[in-house]
Amino acid sequence: MTTLPETTGRKLGLVIDLDTCVGCHACAVSCKEWNTGGTGAPLADTDAYGADPSGAWLNRVHTYEVQPQNGPAQMVHFPKSCLHCEDAPCVTVCPTGASYKRVEDGIVLVNEDTCMGCGLCAWACPYGAREMDPVAGVMKKCTLCVDRIYNQNLPEEDRVPACVRACPTGARHFGDLGDPSSDISKLVAERGGYDLMPEQGTKPVNQYLPPRQRDAWASELGGCDSAPFNLADLAEPETADNAGGFLGWLDKALERIG
Amino acid sequence: MHPAPSIVLFTVLTGLGLGQMAWLGLGLGPDEGLFRWLACALALALAGAGGLASTGHLGRRENAWRAFSQWRSSWLSREACLMVAAMAFFGLYAAIWCLGGVRLWGLGLAAAALALATIQATAMIYAQLKAVPRWSVTPTPALFLVTGLTGGLLANGAVSGLVGAGLAGAAVPGWWAALALAVAAGVAVWWQTSAAGAGRASQGSSVESATGLGFMGRVRSFEAPHTGSNYLLREMAFEVGRKRAFELRRLGAVLGYLAPLVLSLAALGLGGWLMVLALVAHVMGMLALRWLFFAEAEHVQALYYGKR
Repeated sequence: MTTLPETTGRKLGLVIDLDTCVGCHACAVSCKEWNTGGTGAPLADTDAYGADPSGAWLNRVHTYEVQPQNGPAQMVHFPKSCLHCEDAPCVTVCPTGASYKRVEDGIVLVNEDTCMGCGLCAWACPYGAREMDPVAGVMKKCTLCVDRIYNQNLPEEDRVPACVRACPTGARHFGDLGDPSSDISKLVAERGGYDLMPEQGTKPVNQYLPPRQRDAWASELGGCDSAPFNLADLAEPETADNAGGFLGWLDKALERIG
Repeated sequence: MHPAPSIVLFTVLTGLGLGQMAWLGLGLGPDEGLFRWLACALALALAGAGGLASTGHLGRRENAWRAFSQWRSSWLSREACLMVAAMAFFGLYAAIWCLGGVRLWGLGLAAAALALATIQATAMIYAQLKAVPRWSVTPTPALFLVTGLTGGLLANGAVSGLVGAGLAGAAVPGWWAALALAVAAGVAVWWQTSAAGAGRASQGSSVESATGLGFMGRVRSFEAPHTGSNYLLREMAFEVGRKRAFELRRLGAVLGYLAPLVLSLAALGLGGWLMVLALVAHVMGMLALRWLFFAEAEHVQALYYGKR
């Protein structure tokens, strides 16, 4: 049934560190590569090498410009995939029973054999995490690499989602978010991890770690008072006119006497 | 949202057929003559055609039968089950009425109740989607129910107009239809007024809440994840045609409510056949307005793309 489980044994999910992500798209490419060769139908593309390429992806990396009130704009790379919500609206709307949330670990999956491809689950998801396969006509979504994480045929270090394994900066973490003593839960607590669109009431399992503010205008940093902070000054060689230190003091002192 | 022709047709046609069933089940129309045959056949044909149209956008039609299984949690599944139940009850009621000449009021009431419950379930498919505030924070079930009942009344009126002027007055007097149209127009205005304030911000959703980056400052999509289009943009960031929304809405209002209202009143004096024209105009208007119902609805996921 497409009713949601009251509780799940574990809450497996991802934690994405927006402070560390460099927007290289390796997670998205690795996800596409793993899942197109997985147990379900391939993740199809249409017109892949033509003028209007399009296809199903389970992970997409957006880039945002954030403009603080005072300070320079900051670029934030933002990978987005299924958040495996506790109160997943995509599951309850499914008329065929193809969508379900696993009781044992909370992973939200689609049974491609029973999906009729109506697309209502994609409409119900506020995050745009589900995409219809253009060739197979079934709904595709992140499986949290359920065919990797429990796969005894893989070396232990590979038993994590493909995106986590691929990330070159360690911006993606995988673990049990239902266990407060897990490393990943501690990381969320320490860094102030947050939900996306909490107002939608979906209770997402995946968490995002906020980026730290990187630059600020010098006046915000303190120490330079009212003078505008000029980066070029740092690179400028000392001349007689702008010398600092002892020579500068001497220069100013002689000027006063003279 | 993408206004798939199959879904626009499905919601309009089933609404009409089920509305007709509700009125016939409640005892509307004369017991003699061709009226009962034609009206019952039209109601079943409209509901059936609408049901078939709804399978038009499915990716895997061979799995459509499974949609009857999840009635405990899914409105779409409830809608499918209720639709079949309504058609079965009404079919039995119609068979006994047409062949035996007896109207079993208990069976008729049950068919009418099931027909109205089906329209309600159809509306809830859309009204349940919190991700589309224009459907979820507006009186969408009231809109669908009143639209279906009005269309059903007009369809029955058109049938009685077709089969003879003598029966026209007895089945659906023009002033009934005019009254229903006036109420329906009122509900449509009520829905439209609440839809005007039902932007994504009405639920507190913005690109800041979507990304969680609002604490840092103003957020703007700088670069999309892909250069081409994709399913998410085609399906849930449908921006085409909204430019002409005002003209289309005016056309829908004139064809859907005003013209049939005038024609219904004219039918009182000039003959029941005008009810056929009233029905045709009404259906065309409803198709235009239902297209807008989808085309104008904004999905919160498009916020990630900086789109509407």
